[in-house]
Amino acid sequence: MKKIALLCIVTGLFYACNSDDDTQAPVEPDPVTVDFTFTQNWDGAAIANADYQNTVYVNANNTALKLSKLVYLISDVTFTAQDGTVYDAGDYNLIDARNGTNTSFTPGIEIPEGNYNVSFTFGFDDEDNDKSGGYVDLNSDDGGWGVPAPLGGGYHYMRMEGTFEAAGGTTETFQYHTIRANKHTTLPPGAGTLEFVQDTSFVVNLGTITVGSSTSIEVEMNVAEWFKNPNTWDLDLNSTVMMPKFDLQIAMNENGSNGVFNLGVVSQQ
Amino acid sequence: MKKLGIFSVLLCALLFASCEDSDDNASQYMPTPAPLEIPSVFQNQILPPLIPEDNPQTVEGIALGKKLFFDKRLSADNSISCASCHRPQNSFTDSRQFSVGITGEQGFRNSMPLQNLAFNYGEKFNWDGSANSLEDQMFGPVTNPIEMANTWPAVESTLQSASEYPQLFEAAFGTQSIDSILVTKAISQFVRTLVSANSRFDQAQLGLIELTPQEQNGLNVFLDEGRGDCFHCHGLPANPLWTDNAFHNNGLDAQFDDLGLGNITGDPREFGLFRSPSLRNLKFTAPYMHDGRFATLDEVIDHYSEGLVFSETIDPLMKAISAGGVHLTEEDKADLKAFLLSLSDDSFVNNSDFRE
Repeated sequence: MKKIALLCIVTGLFYACNSDDDTQAPVEPDPVTVDFTFTQNWDGAAIANADYQNTVYVNANNTALKLSKLVYLISDVTFTAQDGTVYDAGDYNLIDARNGTNTSFTPGIEIPEGNYNVSFTFGFDDEDNDKSGGYVDLNSDDGGWGVPAPLGGGYHYMRMEGTFEAAGGTTETFQYHTIRANKHTTLPPGAGTLEFVQDTSFVVNLGTITVGSSTSIEVEMNVAEWFKNPNTWDLDLNSTVMMPKFDLQIAMNENGSNGVFNLGVVSQQ
Repeated sequence: MKKLGIFSVLLCALLFASCEDSDDNASQYMPTPAPLEIPSVFQNQILPPLIPEDNPQTVEGIALGKKLFFDKRLSADNSISCASCHRPQNSFTDSRQFSVGITGEQGFRNSMPLQNLAFNYGEKFNWDGSANSLEDQMFGPVTNPIEMANTWPAVESTLQSASEYPQLFEAAFGTQSIDSILVTKAISQFVRTLVSANSRFDQAQLGLIELTPQEQNGLNVFLDEGRGDCFHCHGLPANPLWTDNAFHNNGLDAQFDDLGLGNITGDPREFGLFRSPSLRNLKFTAPYMHDGRFATLDEVIDHYSEGLVFSETIDPLMKAISAGGVHLTEEDKADLKAFLLSLSDDSFVNNSDFRE
């Protein structure tokens, strides 16, 4: 009798261990990474390596110019889910458009598939720009991507350089360098001239994008827009030594945040 | 049954024996690791040095490389060594405009200084970027007819028959069989030890001394886009290499006798581009520019101030080209020179570890 009782208990335990839920729990898909591709164009015409120093572009001020260098920094790619959850890898990417370096970038974060508002920061916001210790890779890149201390320190946002046909008929150079705006009591900048700095990085909102198992997002830069809107850029007036000029950095920020970046092709493979 | 037992014992013994290390040579070859010491002013500022996985720094390899660097037997007539054109007292460059090879023929570029080359992240060496690694660079001068004018088989034979070298190669690389690859590896290990980071400016960065007011103002000129704007090619205090190791046309000529990088790539957009040299140790590295055309630092500053010449590949960082440059004041020129000289490191050129 004892044996029968023991058998019943053991059998019961076995049954108790069975799943009584006939429906399978839904399997959550693995979180995914998202790839970005950064491309450049001049009012829709793609800019390739062969165009640098060769192709003549005419800006909104009717000035003919050639590009030599286009390097820019983006940071804080952010995915905001529809329930408000924010995913931000907090990393950054320095893109050398001419050489094609880092034109493909995968932020170091995995997110669930779904619909997201996607954005990134052009340049570094103040929090990133003033990070204690800085960034050894950016210090080492491009001869030092940093900004001199008398200009408030931190890092360049963009270096766009080239030549243009000046009104006087000569060929001159331009250095369209965007950095954090820095206000000085007097120029040239030096010890004690810096009054304050103003964050002129800006957030680029790419809108709502469906993120699937393998999503690639193209981010277009229309280079012509840097010279166009709302400030028609006159290179004869402002082509060089723009880093320490507060008003010019504000003007470049206004142009940059007004149509330079656009969402390109979103592919789901 | 007894035979089976004996067979089993023998089989086990054979298996044990086969597990023993049969590579006696490998057990004897134990070079001593000698990782580069990172100077304080480089730490947490820039990326670590580039050391090839197949050529780690070792005590034995560095010692061998140093011996080879100073050995004239690398040249066809035993008359010149690497150090003949890369003199330690000149920060491993040549005080002559052009170095002279074994035939007496001159080269056509100024010898580049050898310092902090382990931190050349782009890994393009020589004025024209013709070498893709330090090891690669080492191959050139030995066979160049206007330099050492030797052949690698001859070098290998010479070193192989020398009494001391086979054992030194054995200690450094585990073989007494000398070839060009091991020679270039050893010299590269030595050259990677040539780290310069103890200038007055470095000491000021570490809080050990203060710059003079003139040096400090010179730094401001250096960092000011409207005056020197040197930093876009030559770095900041946060990039203490004082070079971007990239290639630029700095407005020397309207026409090019020497295409520089363009001669290597064939790209007309790169005609007349040369690698930015480091501004370290300018006190010792005259003459200046790829062709050594400027005998003094004053001439260099004058060039950037009012001597710029337009050409199709001019670097956009050169300003006011139609006016020859930004025309620095004499005071700014003097201050800039004082700052530049503060980047010179006497302890580097006098380091006995780097002397023969």
